[in-house]
Amino acid sequence: MTPDTLETLQAARAARRPVALLTRLPDGAQRLHPDEALPDALRDAAEAALRDDRAGPVTAGEETWFVQPQVPSPRLIVVGAVHVAQALVPMATAVGLAVTVVDPRRAFATEERFQGDVTLVDEWPDDALLALRPDSRTAIVTLTHDPKLDDPALDVALKSEAFYIGALGSRRTHAKRVERLTEAGHGAEAIARIRAPVGLDIGAVTAPEIALSIIAQVVAARRGKPL
Amino acid sequence: MSGTEDILETARAWRAEGERVALATVVETWGSSPRPAGSRLAVTGSGRLAGSVSGGCIEGAVADVAKQVMESGAPQLLDFGITDERAWEVGLACGGKLKVFVEPLA
Repeated sequence: MTPDTLETLQAARAARRPVALLTRLPDGAQRLHPDEALPDALRDAAEAALRDDRAGPVTAGEETWFVQPQVPSPRLIVVGAVHVAQALVPMATAVGLAVTVVDPRRAFATEERFQGDVTLVDEWPDDALLALRPDSRTAIVTLTHDPKLDDPALDVALKSEAFYIGALGSRRTHAKRVERLTEAGHGAEAIARIRAPVGLDIGAVTAPEIALSIIAQVVAARRGKPL
Repeated sequence: MSGTEDILETARAWRAEGERVALATVVETWGSSPRPAGSRLAVTGSGRLAGSVSGGCIEGAVADVAKQVMESGAPQLLDFGITDERAWEVGLACGGKLKVFVEPLA
């Protein structure tokens, strides 16, 4: 790999721009999609690799190429810059999620409380989520326990294609939440997308344990093994 | 999915420090290989390693080839675990089979 190719790949990663690296085997000649015009077979293979986020070899005429997609990290949007969120952020980062923490309360979403690779947003959750435009590569977790903050976020989340929606709170809290969301016009099927009580049932007690249970559930959803 | 760890960023940083760097990438797997195609291992001339191309079974062998590749500048395509018997020889106890492409970062 040339240093130029490396720089292009890293610039694409930083800009969250999907790019596929194609390497001819065994001589190592490299091309980039969509940056360079490619023969149809290679272009199609690169498109498929990006769509499925799956690397693999492709044969084009006499040649074998290895196609490696580089797609933007899936995102995790955390509503509520609370204690559990502080434990959640480094775990989410470690499993490859790009994390945004949303909390309009000034004392919570501070750089002192959240260090490392995380985006902090101090807007109201519905405004923040609308601006972040959650898609099918986005997970959303509400942690505030406060309907004033959680409900507007869940309202936006349920209208999105987010691959995971989780809400902290007991079964009783969630039953009341379901009533409010139903009154707000959400159907039972939509509301059933919310994982609540949030996280896998591993008997979590402490903030890091709860964060671990949530992250495990998010990973399972992302890998198509919902638990 | 794309690698969660940014091995290329590590490779870039090492190169900026003046290290010689080679990249190894899993390009094809069969059977119970622990790391999927696209998994990367970065190796420096001084022996630093980042990432992985297996569960630790073949990283040593790949690192040796990486040093040859840094010297020669010529990439190599490696086969590991052709048969279960030979899998033991190269250290793939799982019996998996994989191809690893090793290239210089230059």
